[in-house]
Amino acid sequence: MSWLENIRIALRGLNANKLRSSLTVLGILIGVGAVIILVAVGTGSSQAVQNRIKALGTNTITVLGTGRFGRGPATTGTQSRAATLTAADVSLLQDKNEAPDVLTVSPVISTSVTATNGSATSTMTVTGTTPTYTGASDFQVQAGRNLTSADITQHARVAVVGQTLISDLFSPGSNPIGSVISLGSAQVQIIGVLATKGTTGANDPNAVAIIPYTTAEDRLTGYSASFSELIVQSQSAGDINAAESEVASVLAGANHTTVSALPFRFLNEGSLLSTSQSTNQTFTVLLGAVAAISLLVGGIGIMNIMLVTVTERTREIGIRKAIGAPKSAILGQFLTEAVILSLIGGVVGVIVGVVGSHFKIIGVQPVLSWQSIVEAFGVAVAVGVFFGFYPANRAASMRPIDALRYE
Amino acid sequence: MSRREDRAGSAGPASAAVASPSANPVLRGLRPVISLRRITKVYRMGDIEVTALTGVSLDVVGGELLAVMGASGSGKSTMMNILGCLDTPSSGRYLLDGVDVRRLDESVLARVRNRKIGFVFQSFNLIPRTSAVANVEMPLAYAGVSPKERRARAMFALEEVGLADRAHHLPSELSGGQQQRAAVARAIATNPSLVLADEPTGNLDSRSTHEIMDIFARLNDAGRTVVLITHEPEVAELTRRIVRLRDGSVLSDESTAGEHLHASNMGEDTRMGAV
Ligand SMILES: Nc1ncnc2c1ncn2[C@@H]1O[C@H](COP(=O)(O)OP(=O)(O)OP(=O)(O)O)[C@@H](O)[C@H]1O
Ligand SMILES: [Mg+2]
Repeated sequence: MSWLENIRIALRGLNANKLRSSLTVLGILIGVGAVIILVAVGTGSSQAVQNRIKALGTNTITVLGTGRFGRGPATTGTQSRAATLTAADVSLLQDKNEAPDVLTVSPVISTSVTATNGSATSTMTVTGTTPTYTGASDFQVQAGRNLTSADITQHARVAVVGQTLISDLFSPGSNPIGSVISLGSAQVQIIGVLATKGTTGANDPNAVAIIPYTTAEDRLTGYSASFSELIVQSQSAGDINAAESEVASVLAGANHTTVSALPFRFLNEGSLLSTSQSTNQTFTVLLGAVAAISLLVGGIGIMNIMLVTVTERTREIGIRKAIGAPKSAILGQFLTEAVILSLIGGVVGVIVGVVGSHFKIIGVQPVLSWQSIVEAFGVAVAVGVFFGFYPANRAASMRPIDALRYE
Repeated sequence: MSRREDRAGSAGPASAAVASPSANPVLRGLRPVISLRRITKVYRMGDIEVTALTGVSLDVVGGELLAVMGASGSGKSTMMNILGCLDTPSSGRYLLDGVDVRRLDESVLARVRNRKIGFVFQSFNLIPRTSAVANVEMPLAYAGVSPKERRARAMFALEEVGLADRAHHLPSELSGGQQQRAAVARAIATNPSLVLADEPTGNLDSRSTHEIMDIFARLNDAGRTVVLITHEPEVAELTRRIVRLRDGSVLSDESTAGEHLHASNMGEDTRMGAV
């Protein structure tokens, strides 16, 4: 008896119990679909996080200066001294003897303002910094020019602006370079336009105006002798950890404290990436495991229904054996039925999974992975074989006389 | 035909001859197709043991037409199931064509059931929701016959039993006699040398009984060995040898008058009523 006939017999058997067969298929379908969609969601969210980290800049360490000295309340009762990131720190870090792996150091003062041009307004972030900031933060000057050292020293009222600001404040086609706009209380002239940077999170990186930090202090934040953060660029990606420890020890020296007691936070792009990668992997594996359990439950459904089928058709099995069906033929017949159930569930599950992965799920755009599709489908078929084998073997092992006598 | 003459010459009123097949002069010198040696069968149901066969010995040679009779519960079906390799005896030996079936493994037994034996069940045992011709094709499929040839041979078998015009009907659409004939067609489709029938006329009216017996007579004329179980003396009288069972053992083994069973004089034969 050829496998093609086996399939025909199996299809006829399944067709005789349409509802039951469909429900069993549904179990596998849900399992396969869930594996594909959940793994895609996991991959998608992991990619989103990584893009966000990459958007921090290239080979950069962000030093956030928000803390104070001393762990816990000061024991002397006096207010602990604020530790700040100062212009002196910046020049120390730029010293190649002190920090040989550091390429650039860009201080950042940032504040949120409403930009206006005539009647058009736009809410955005003003970043007061130095010329190296654009390169370190992975911005590209698309038109006009970047800030220069002269702009910094002269407290020039100039700005390099992002695309969101351009589209909010200017009519399409007009040349914004040379125009004067208001950033809150400061009037600045646009000298450059940044290329669009990919949006990866809740914050729009293109809603930005980059101005000299000296100008920002004059016009927007007031002179505080400190920066909110420093963007440190290392010589190369391999130097990033060395650069981080150099920066830490220089800052510790400048603040007369130890590296471990430093109140600054270091965001190292390299280690952030690898940490997030591993947590995301765990997350994806967990999602996949939950889905795999539903696939397993689907498999148990197949086994259940096949046991019922074998019981129902015990007499038929007896007749077939009595007229000379070998064990292998009976085994093949019922195994084929189980595998067809899982195969249909697998195929439809893949379709559902692929289609479902095109929709945003809890804010994450799922990213389909071929591997998960192939694996989910393969596991579904394997589940059919595995859970179909026991009932089929039970049918095949019946003694003909017992099967014939079955009522 | 020499065998038949031989039998006719030596047959006599054998009701006194008891139980031992070797004592039956008819079989002397011929190699048996079926040879049961002190077969017992004990059914175990929990603590209760039911002995269905208590040492049955029987030889059947090729080309015989034999009826097994006996009261209900005397072990006829039990013996038939063993003959058909559907069940195994508790003790004793069953030689089929000289081979002890106990030594055959499951796959060989399946082939024996498929090629050598055609079994007609008392309860028809056609597969439901499957047309008569598909039922008849089934043993051919397990024999590895190609679908085209299978269909041709199945149709031929159905023609032989006079059911060709009902080939595509489902068992549920056939009368009892037609179902029984379909079951016979299935049993003979693979052209087995041994046909076993367990009360093939048990549920049938006299006309259907004649039709079925006619088929067996023709099969036997074609050289097949036929063993059938029956309760009806008039059916048994149509055979050449009657084995009677009582309480699980052979009570008598006699040759009948012989010669009167031919395909040509079956049907509305008046002698049927006379018996
Ligand atoms: N599966 C079984 N389990 C237990 N006992 C059985 C089983 N099959 C048959 N028997 C017993 O074995 C004995 C012989 O049964 P068997 O079916 O061979 O009788 P039979 O001669 O065919 O009777 P009938 O003419 O009524 O069909 C009976 O006493 C019966 O109760
Ligand atoms: Mg019986």
